[in-house]
Amino acid sequence: MEEETQSGIVKKFLYINRRAPHGTIYAHEALETVLIGAAFEQDVTLVFIDDGVFQLKKNQDTSEIGTKNFSKTYAALEDMDVEKLYVEKKSLEQRGLTQDDLSVDVKIISSDQIKKLINESEVILNF
Amino acid sequence: MKFGILVNEGPYTHQASDSAYLFTKAAIEDGHEIFRVFFYHDGVNNGTRLATPPQDDRHIPNRWTELAKENNIDLVVCVAAAQRRGMVDPEEMKRNKKDANNLAENFRISGLGQLIEAGIQTDRLITFGD
Repeated sequence: MEEETQSGIVKKFLYINRRAPHGTIYAHEALETVLIGAAFEQDVTLVFIDDGVFQLKKNQDTSEIGTKNFSKTYAALEDMDVEKLYVEKKSLEQRGLTQDDLSVDVKIISSDQIKKLINESEVILNF
Repeated sequence: MKFGILVNEGPYTHQASDSAYLFTKAAIEDGHEIFRVFFYHDGVNNGTRLATPPQDDRHIPNRWTELAKENNIDLVVCVAAAQRRGMVDPEEMKRNKKDANNLAENFRISGLGQLIEAGIQTDRLITFGD
């Protein structure tokens, strides 16, 4: 399916990932949107808040629940020029996680900085 | 204003698809433009033409079809989400060798790029879901 990806318009896209990676399909289908969206050469930022921080957890193993382990795909985002990944500090701390538990390089930022990102964005996709 | 609409939940289970419909209708009545309605996640199920709700209830898929017919609205069902959930148009039926199709009139199946494009081309992309 060929699609027109060059519009000449560049907007600030913000993907807000709020949910655990497994249990519902939202995180998985959000990632599919990010991957397709990467072809459109927009200014893309991803934030991970609440249980969404678990999406980036290292060493996920879904073999016992029979769902697809898509967690390794986050590491491929960098190659697609999706490089701005932010994680909310409070959400990480509340879940007993640190940067060392995460599978990709992220910037850990405050809730206020997340608010600022949301305010500055033009297109927000909230999963 | 030019709006894009994203519907992330299925019909009847969740109010999101009702709210999306009511918003879309109100926006049109107020003279706004609807660039596209994009159905994602379980939202793709809003596009089935095989639903038969009780007669005293609203018919959610038919309501979308009628609104689209009257106002020439682009109703797009995400192909990846549709394939998972068994939403099929005649072309997909052939391509994936299925014995039936179920996409309602005035809906079409296309890629996620249509959602990104709606973000780029509209003044506001409004999400309906949890």
